[in-house]
Amino acid sequence: MEFFIISMLNGLSYGLLLFMLSSGLTLIFSMMGVLNFAHASFYMLGAYVGYTVAQFVGFWPALLIAPLVVGGLGALFERQCLRKVHRFGHVPELLITFGLSYVIVELVQLIWGRIAVEFRPPELLQGPAFTLINDSLKGLSLFWGTAPAELCSTADAAVRIVCSPFPATRGFMMLVAVIMLASVWLLLTRTRIGLVIQAALTHPEAVESLGHNVPRVFMLVFGAGSALAGLAGVIGGSTFLTEPAMAATVGSVIFVVVVVGGMGSLSGAFVASVLIGVIQTFAVAFDYSLITLAEQTGVPLSAAVANNSYIKLTLSQVAPILPYLFLVLILIFRPRGLLGKRES
Amino acid sequence: MKTHYQFAPLNIGRWLTWGLFALLLVVAPMVFGSGLSLTVLSQMGIAIIACLSYNILLGQGGMLSFGHAVYTGLGSFLAIHALNSVGNGSLPLPVSLVPLVGGLAGVGFAVLFGYVTTRKSGTTFAMITLGLGELVFALSLMIPEFFGGEGGVSGNRVVGKAVMGVSFGPQIQVYYLIACYTFVAVGLMFAFTRTPLGRMLNAVRDNPERVEFVGYDTQKVRYMAFIIAGFFAGISGGLAALNFEIVTAEVVGAARSGGYLLFTFLGGATFFFGPIIGGILMVLATVLLSEFTNAWLLYLGLVFLFMVMYAPGGIASLIMMNLRVAAFGRLRQLWVSYLAMTVTVLVLLAGAGAMIEMVYHMQLNTTLGSQLKFLGVTLDVKNFNSWFGSAFVMLTGLGLFEVTRRQFLVEWGDIQEYIEKEIKRRENL
Amino acid sequence: MTYALELKDLRKSFGKTEIIRGVNLAVNAGERVGIIGPNGAGKSTLFNLISGRFEPSSGDVLLGGQRINGKKPFEINRLGLSRSFQITNIFPKLSVFENLRCGVLWSLGYKYTFLKFLADLDDANDRADELMKMIKLDKKRDVLAINLTYAEQRALEIGITIAGGAGVILLDEPTAGMSRSETSRFINLIKEVTVGKTLLTVEHDMGVVFGLADRIAVVVYGEVLAFDTPDAVRANPRVQEAYLGSHVADAQAGSH
Repeated sequence: MEFFIISMLNGLSYGLLLFMLSSGLTLIFSMMGVLNFAHASFYMLGAYVGYTVAQFVGFWPALLIAPLVVGGLGALFERQCLRKVHRFGHVPELLITFGLSYVIVELVQLIWGRIAVEFRPPELLQGPAFTLINDSLKGLSLFWGTAPAELCSTADAAVRIVCSPFPATRGFMMLVAVIMLASVWLLLTRTRIGLVIQAALTHPEAVESLGHNVPRVFMLVFGAGSALAGLAGVIGGSTFLTEPAMAATVGSVIFVVVVVGGMGSLSGAFVASVLIGVIQTFAVAFDYSLITLAEQTGVPLSAAVANNSYIKLTLSQVAPILPYLFLVLILIFRPRGLLGKRES
Repeated sequence: MKTHYQFAPLNIGRWLTWGLFALLLVVAPMVFGSGLSLTVLSQMGIAIIACLSYNILLGQGGMLSFGHAVYTGLGSFLAIHALNSVGNGSLPLPVSLVPLVGGLAGVGFAVLFGYVTTRKSGTTFAMITLGLGELVFALSLMIPEFFGGEGGVSGNRVVGKAVMGVSFGPQIQVYYLIACYTFVAVGLMFAFTRTPLGRMLNAVRDNPERVEFVGYDTQKVRYMAFIIAGFFAGISGGLAALNFEIVTAEVVGAARSGGYLLFTFLGGATFFFGPIIGGILMVLATVLLSEFTNAWLLYLGLVFLFMVMYAPGGIASLIMMNLRVAAFGRLRQLWVSYLAMTVTVLVLLAGAGAMIEMVYHMQLNTTLGSQLKFLGVTLDVKNFNSWFGSAFVMLTGLGLFEVTRRQFLVEWGDIQEYIEKEIKRRENL
Repeated sequence: MTYALELKDLRKSFGKTEIIRGVNLAVNAGERVGIIGPNGAGKSTLFNLISGRFEPSSGDVLLGGQRINGKKPFEINRLGLSRSFQITNIFPKLSVFENLRCGVLWSLGYKYTFLKFLADLDDANDRADELMKMIKLDKKRDVLAINLTYAEQRALEIGITIAGGAGVILLDEPTAGMSRSETSRFINLIKEVTVGKTLLTVEHDMGVVFGLADRIAVVVYGEVLAFDTPDAVRANPRVQEAYLGSHVADAQAGSH
């Protein structure tokens, strides 16, 4: 039971991280029609910049500074490069962000090296946020922080106690994700600049003729989207691994999220992120394959079948391809995505 | 100023061009005879077919694919399994026809995956190809029988009876096999551009909606083009299997797909011969440039960025534009500008290169000490002068380049105006 | 009796807004119909419904007695209906000749073949040449479509529209953006190339419509207010009140 709860929470936190990234991607795409291939690279940049800044002034200032730096770089890129290819169409825009992702990965490897760096979370976030103690006698109970050793073990052989910690970093990830998304939502719906952005989402020329500086709005949105990716990077990098491959691993997943959710749909991206996050987290934890299923249901398997590598595949081995399988299934059965708008 | 240049068809003569191409293929290994050159030339043939097949999608069809390596790679895998079957006698196929197995594999997988992929267009299509590419790559680590696990699948191309002394043992024989396939494949793909399907593919690229209103199903056009591209991709993969005698999972990886995109675009997607340049560059960069500097991918990425911004038609378009200027007799006056720009760029590269190499050296220098040699100059990463000097050289190069570039643009603009006037004048004669 | 084109109680809503509110129209073969109405009345939407770009919310579209609502645009085109667009919709990076040739390929049965060379397709090439002469662009055979003047591009658009030999032609504001003299020349061109075909034209220029059409349909707020001969429509009090007004004076003064 505790396993289910912890895994669910882990999956949820991973899904929220995916949503932090895919929401920025969706916003930029909805507004500018550009699918920012370098979005995951900004994520990685945020992690590395956060790491370096944290070494000087600590984690908490880095949490603020790193996104600002990444956002500034994003805005600069929009102004100097992306704007120039805007008139050539969407394919060159995608190509230039693709090129940027190449360059960022190489620059990161140049400056910080090819092996992972140790980006440790701050003192406050190390260790568990809470521990679920499942006592076969007393049932499930919650203990804030690390459960002391005596609570997790017992001399009595008849009692089974399992302690499952929930990492504080994950909890922090969920917290930041929720705060970030709430503020973005408030910004878009309650402020004047938000209204301008919403209008520019679908009618940029009309908005421009009303006197608003739409190119500057674009630059701000692109910069803001990059900053959000950078923020996700600081958190993701300190929770997981900070290495040059982190952009590639999360990059293709967020593109899957965006297509599965429906291109341009924020709510779709949310549903898809959480779904994929939860499913993958659960899948990785299960070491079951079709063989275990057969054993459990009492179906006898011949030696030849039992040796077949497909049958032997465990769910945890298959976990990496689940998002892509999802993608293919969605494309076959519901091509516009879960919550996408139908193309006229 | 017009954004689309008009090119009068250069009537060099069909036989002459193709004859020269064939001659080049035949003579190249005699001119570049070393072992390394032979390997490079062989790889170029393979790359040319791959990039041309990619351009059926990108340049001719307007379909940006991030997963083309799936088709070249799966072609390689099937070909090497076929080769092994030929070796143990279970498949009576001459080795020279093994690449066709790759081609068939390409067709098969394109039929399968293309059905789902070509349902959408534009950005969504690109994302689907990306996802499919990742899927296949992830699968490759899961199915060791077919993909060979970590070590890949090896084969031996010297099997079966040698026909007229040709056993495909020596690299030169492999090269000529590749050259034959290259010539035929390039010819077929060129012919394709002159067929109804090829032309309608261009129409789909230009205006998919209009295509529907002249009676064509846009999706079907894309699907068929996808399958044809898959065929040639598979041939390229099959040739690679023969050439290297080993196929590992990276041949279906995202890095390779990205490479096809990068170099086809660099060579020029808007002209038929652009990807040929792209394929040649791809091999030169990966085999030779990577020997010179560790930062070659960074340089490549930066060049790509500049191309997208300033020359989206690639090197082929740059060549054609200059040929056009030459045809109107105005190329000579540009040579000073070109020279100036080249020199300033070299200065800029020297400074930037020095700084990049020093940064690299800093990571590795614990055992090698703090000094390194660059272009004959000894630099010291601990010495401020080295840094300042390189930065100075780089910034000077940058500044001078800006000046020469602006001058060049002025001259170029003048010439373009002159050409437009000339064209109008000749039209009215 | 079978009409060339018939609309039966056609309705279309986008979300909660009903744009087309029950349109009934029956067009005879060979007839020239002008469709007029104020901006936003739904004229282009009507065309989009007929040609298959949108699906109607309810009602039927019949082409030669056959239901075509719900079919894809290319299916409708193959049944003999072709259209032009308000915003020029040509193949920008192909030459004039190539543009026209693309328009004839399917109708001549060439489908998706990649085993024949375009240069060998005599019937396609001849027909493309013929069309070029008809739309008077034969001097610009190899010019890229994107480099033509606006009026030339509009002419090319018409050329592509009639290339396939469709019997029912829909022209969406063909003279939009043209000067007076260009317009009158263009209308003569349209008359020449659509001889014997059923023609539906959306137009704002009253002079053009009253001179060209056999019957005029007045569309206001997604409904057909009147469908009659030009004189009858001009005299119709409901139409005058809803729409024509000063346009009548315009037409009587400046119609060619």
